[in-house]
Amino acid sequence: MTIENLLLSITMALAAGLVGCFVIMRRMALAADALSHVALPGIGIALALHISPIFGAAATLFFGGLLVWAVEGKARIGTEAIIGVLFSVALAMGSMMTSGEDLIEALLGGAGVMTWPEISFGLVASIAIIAFVVTQRNKLIIMLVSPDVARTAGIGVRRLNLLFLETFALTIALGLRYLGVLLMGALIIIPAATAKRLANNLTTMLVVAVTIAVAATVIGTWLAGWLHHETGPLIVTFAAAFFALSFLRR
Amino acid sequence: MDNILEVDHLSVRFGPVEVLKDLSFHVAKGSSLAVIGPNGAGKTVLFQALIGSAPSEGRIRWAPDVRIGYVPQMLDLERDVPITGVDFLRARVSLTRGSGSDVAHILDLVGISKEVSKCMIGTLSGGQFQRLLVGFALLGDPSVLMLDEPTAGIDEPGQKQLNELVRHLQEERGLTVLFISHELSVVYQYAMDVLCLGRKRACFGAPKKILTPELLLEIYGTPVDYHVHDD
Repeated sequence: MTIENLLLSITMALAAGLVGCFVIMRRMALAADALSHVALPGIGIALALHISPIFGAAATLFFGGLLVWAVEGKARIGTEAIIGVLFSVALAMGSMMTSGEDLIEALLGGAGVMTWPEISFGLVASIAIIAFVVTQRNKLIIMLVSPDVARTAGIGVRRLNLLFLETFALTIALGLRYLGVLLMGALIIIPAATAKRLANNLTTMLVVAVTIAVAATVIGTWLAGWLHHETGPLIVTFAAAFFALSFLRR
Repeated sequence: MDNILEVDHLSVRFGPVEVLKDLSFHVAKGSSLAVIGPNGAGKTVLFQALIGSAPSEGRIRWAPDVRIGYVPQMLDLERDVPITGVDFLRARVSLTRGSGSDVAHILDLVGISKEVSKCMIGTLSGGQFQRLLVGFALLGDPSVLMLDEPTAGIDEPGQKQLNELVRHLQEERGLTVLFISHELSVVYQYAMDVLCLGRKRACFGAPKKILTPELLLEIYGTPVDYHVHDD
């Protein structure tokens, strides 16, 4: 594994661990899986245009996030319900536009060598996600407790909601080439769910989630090279092992 | 006395349901307004309209530079969300570039011990959490405190403590207080004005004028008893 690939996988895991904490606390765990399917039509379009699938996936995930946010504001129905509808439509469209092999690779990750544009995009996006969570964590906490309280504290609740949804969507897009969009959902959710079980304050939760996400990614990647196996499933298996171990504590 | 809030012909509608209709009232600076009425009369919706989280028609005019501290009704929080009282208060302080000593001072003011402040907010008792929310609101140095049934679900001594705390803060800081309550004796004791939201009509005025058996019967649809404290 090259240095740039290792760096990308670690920053991606950092981003997933941080975003996952707020996804879990906002009770959006299932949304991560559902939203990941929104990438499929973008992958289909990107393959048809002979560009990297990650850019197509990022584009449709971005519009997916925007759509969820817009409908949520107008229709006064839950985010989960909207993502559920969007996911079904995206899956239907994606399966029409993507061939079987490409679909499996997009969902579960593929071996291929990453190009420089993909690596650069991944690094910049990871750093942007990490910066967003670190700088906005206090506003996200207040909004989590009560959007009305957040509003009177001067927080632009609608805007912050949009930014969070887009950050969430971008995190899923990041995993496309490495873990596949389906398994990226797991890397967002499992370390954060484990951290929630173990932590009794926010800082501990963030540190534990990030540590597990990075550890699972590094161990999984190293073992995948050794066993000549796909990386994504091994990373998620290790993350799940940490989750199982957390039950020993209480 | 100057008005800190003027509301004219306010209406709030959710789809076909008109929750508030043609409501007008005002709140003088430094005074306290109690909002009363039966369940479903739109008291919380009124507060949400006043803070801009519910869409409304009509005119809501806050005085310039008003800072609102909002204490919502009991919130539905998961017990195991790893956010402590201190995490929550520090989050507020970070918005105003305050310091850790502000948090310690507020905890002391609202009567939350250091140990309790380190507990996860979902595990706090109703009274502890409401006091934490009051503390959070005060960290923003508000000129107006809006409390939506702040003592609901709290035991009798806890209610008294919280009511006394708000009255003390109002006297000390000259706060304007808007509160929703079902406790008419508390309303009689603490409010300078009462806004009564009934199913058919609303009325606004001094407690002695509003809290009459006839008017309460009309608003609630059933006779309402309450005890007037003599202090």
